[in-house]
Amino acid sequence: MDTAAEAVGLSGIAKSFGAVQALRGVDLQVAAGECVAVVGHNGAGKSTLMNVLAGTVTPDAGTMRLAGQPAAFGSRDAVLRFVFQEGSLCPNLSIAENARVMHRDVGGLFWRKRCGALMGEAMQAVFPGLALPPGRMVGDLPLSVRQAVEIARAFSHTGTPPRTVVLDEPTSSLDGHLAAALLAYVRRYVAQGGSAVFISHKLNEVLAVADRIVVMRDGAVVADAPAASLTRDSLVAAMGHATGHAARAARATADGPAAVTIGPPVTGGLPLLARRGEVIGLGGLAGHGQTALLHRVLAGDTAIQVEGTTALVCGDRVADGVFPLWSIARNMTVRALPTLRRGPLLDPARETSLAQDWRTRLGLVTPSVANPILSLSGGNQQKALFARALASDARVILMDDPMRGVDVGTKRDVYDLIAREAARGRTFLWYSTEFDELLQCDRVAVFRDGRVTGVLDAAAVSEDAVLRLSFAEAAA
Amino acid sequence: MGSISLAAVLRAALPAVVFTLLLGSIFWYQPRTASYFGVNLLLSLAVPVLLASMAQMLLMAIGDLDLSIGAFVSLVTCVSAVILPGRPVLGVLCLLGLVGLYGLVGALVAWRELPSVVVTLGLSFVWLGMAVILLPTPGGTAPAWLAQAMHARPVLMPLSLWAAVAVAAVMQWAVMRSALGTVVRGMGGNPRAVARSGWNLLALRSGVYAAAGAFGVLSGLALVGTTTSGDANLAGRYTLLTIASVILGGGEFVGGRISPVGAVLGALTLALAASLLTFLHVPSDWQIGVQGLILIVILALRAAIEAVSTRPATA
Repeated sequence: MDTAAEAVGLSGIAKSFGAVQALRGVDLQVAAGECVAVVGHNGAGKSTLMNVLAGTVTPDAGTMRLAGQPAAFGSRDAVLRFVFQEGSLCPNLSIAENARVMHRDVGGLFWRKRCGALMGEAMQAVFPGLALPPGRMVGDLPLSVRQAVEIARAFSHTGTPPRTVVLDEPTSSLDGHLAAALLAYVRRYVAQGGSAVFISHKLNEVLAVADRIVVMRDGAVVADAPAASLTRDSLVAAMGHATGHAARAARATADGPAAVTIGPPVTGGLPLLARRGEVIGLGGLAGHGQTALLHRVLAGDTAIQVEGTTALVCGDRVADGVFPLWSIARNMTVRALPTLRRGPLLDPARETSLAQDWRTRLGLVTPSVANPILSLSGGNQQKALFARALASDARVILMDDPMRGVDVGTKRDVYDLIAREAARGRTFLWYSTEFDELLQCDRVAVFRDGRVTGVLDAAAVSEDAVLRLSFAEAAA
Repeated sequence: MGSISLAAVLRAALPAVVFTLLLGSIFWYQPRTASYFGVNLLLSLAVPVLLASMAQMLLMAIGDLDLSIGAFVSLVTCVSAVILPGRPVLGVLCLLGLVGLYGLVGALVAWRELPSVVVTLGLSFVWLGMAVILLPTPGGTAPAWLAQAMHARPVLMPLSLWAAVAVAAVMQWAVMRSALGTVVRGMGGNPRAVARSGWNLLALRSGVYAAAGAFGVLSGLALVGTTTSGDANLAGRYTLLTIASVILGGGEFVGGRISPVGAVLGALTLALAASLLTFLHVPSDWQIGVQGLILIVILALRAAIEAVSTRPATA
C-alpha cells in the first residue's frame, strides 16, 4: 500500500496488563478512502487497540503514523475522531453545547448558534429525518437518539471533514432504521476520501460496510482480508480457536428432578431447565443477558422456579465480591452466618472451624484465615468467594463469570470442586466468557440480546457452535 | 418547539416562587418591612452568603463539594480586619495568595484524583488554624472604605438586591452562556468526555477552584464590611448554608447541574428566613432547623414535580 494514501498506521503494538498480554505486536493500516472493520471475540484485544489509537492507553512497544507521518501516542490530532462504546457526551449539556466541547475552535459571541447549525447539518447528513432542536438536553434523550447524536458529532466539522473516524460498537443501541442510515453514510463518507475503523459484533453489518476485515484473537491479528472474500462462516471460523479440548466426563443426571426451571417469558427464547446436580453453562458474548438472568434467579423472580436457596459467586471481585476490611474467615462465612448462631450471638469457634474446613478443601494459600482478605492473591480471593457460596446451605449456585483474571492452577482446583459439589446434588448456573469453562458444563445455553438462542448438549459444545449461536441475528 | 418541558419550567421557577412567598408573608406579617429600609434590614447579611454560594456553586458544577468555604470566609474576615487596614499592600497580597492557594488545591485534587470532600474537610481546619493564629479573639477593624461601601444606600433598591442582580447576571452568563463555562459544566457531567476532546482537566479544575477562592475572598470582604470586625468563627455556618443555597436553587450534588440565578435566590431565601425568625422572636438556635425545613419542603416539591412529569412515560 502506498504510504501517501495511508490515513492511520499502527505497527508492532504490544501491551500487557500485569501477566495478561492484551496485544502481541499488532499491525493495523487504514488507507484514505477505506473502511476497515475489526472483529473478534471478547478479550481479543480490540478495545485495547482502540484505546492505544485514542491515546488513553500507552503501549509497551510499537509506533503510530497519522497521514503517513510518525505521530506520538496520545497526540490528539483533530483529523482522528472517535465514537466510544460507552458514550462520550455530557448528559447535563445540550446538543449544541456538547458540540462545543469537541469543537474547541468555534469561538465568538454566537458559538451556540453555530454549534447548533453544525450539529443540525451533521444529523441531516448521517441520519436524515432525525431532526432535533440543538437546545435539547442530551440527558433527556432516549439512549438510541443519544448514540445517534454522538455519531453525528464525530462526523460534524467546521469546514474540513475529519480524515478518520473510529466507531466502536456504534450500532449497539441504534434501531435497525438508524443503523442502516449510519452504514449508508459511512459508505458515502469513505467514497469521498475519508477513512473509517468499524468495530462491531454484528457480522452482517461488518460485511456490508467494510472494504477490509481484520480478525483479532488473543491479542493478535489472525486474518486480514478484503470483505468481499469473506463470509459469516469464514469470519466465525477465524475468530474461534482451532485447538481441541478434552470435555469432562459426562454425568448421569438426565432424569433427575428439576432444580431450576426458567420459562420462555424470561429467556425470551428457549426454556431453560437445570436438573439437580447439573452444571449449566451460560454462554454468548458479554453483556447479552447472562448476568441479568442470574440476578433474576437470585432475586426470586416469580416466573422462575428454584428448588431450595441460591447463592451467587460474583465476577467483579472488587466491586461486589470481597469485604475489603474483613478477615478471610469473615469473608468466607458471611453467607452462612444464620447457621453459625448460638442463641442470638455468633459462635466464633464454629465460624473459625467452618473457615478452616474450607481453607483445607480449597487449598487456600495463607498462614491464617484471620488475616485480611486483601493479603490473598486475586485467585485465592476468588477461592474464598467460592467458599462463601459453597459453605452456605444453598442448593443452587449462580456463578457470574467468576474466573476472570484467575490463574490456570486455581481454575483447575475450582473445576474439580464444582464437579465434586455437583456430584453431591448441587446445581450450578455458570456464566462464563471463557470457552474452556463451557466445556466443563453438562449443557450450555447461548445468549444473544437477552434471549436464549440455543441450548447445546455437552457433546455438541464446540467453539464454533457457541459462536454461531452468539451471532444469531434477530432475523435468523 | 416542545424542547423545554413543563416540568423543567416548574423546576426552574421553584426558587423564585419560594422566595416570593416568603417575602410576601413577611410583608403581610410586618407591613412596615415593605420599604427600602425594611428590605435593607431583612437582607443585611445576604451579600456575603450569596457570594460564598457562588464559590460553592462553581465547585458543585464540576462535581466537587467545598466543606471549607465557611472557615475560608472566616479567615478572610480576619485578614481583612487585622492586616488590610494598616498594611493594605500586604493585605491585598495575602488575599491574592489565598486565591492562589485555592487554585493549587484544585490542581492537587485533579492531579492525585482525590475526593474533594476529604481535601476540603481537612483544609477547613487549616483555614481555621490560620485564622486563630492571626486573630485569637474576635476583634480588629474593617477598613473604613469597606465598611462605607457595605453600608452604601444606592438608588431604587438596597445594596443587597443590586448585588444579587449583578452577581446573578454575571454568573448566569459566565457559567451557563459562555463557552468556557459550558466546558466546566461538561466536566461535572462527564469528565472523560471533556478530557477526550483534548481539554486539560488539571488546568480547568485549578482555574475553577481559584475562581471559587476569589468569590470566597469577596464574601469575606463583604462580611467584614457589614460586621466591621473579624472573627475566626464568624462564617462557620456558611459551609452548609452555601450548599443549601445551591440545592435550593435547583442544583444537584452530582452531574454538573446548577443554576446561578437559582443559587442567588436560594441564598436570599435562606437570609430572609433567618430575618423572619428574628422578627418572630424565635431563638437563633432554631434558625438552622427552619432552614433545614425549607430545604426539605423544596426538595419534596421538586421530587413531586419529577414524579408527576415522568408518570405518563413509565406507565
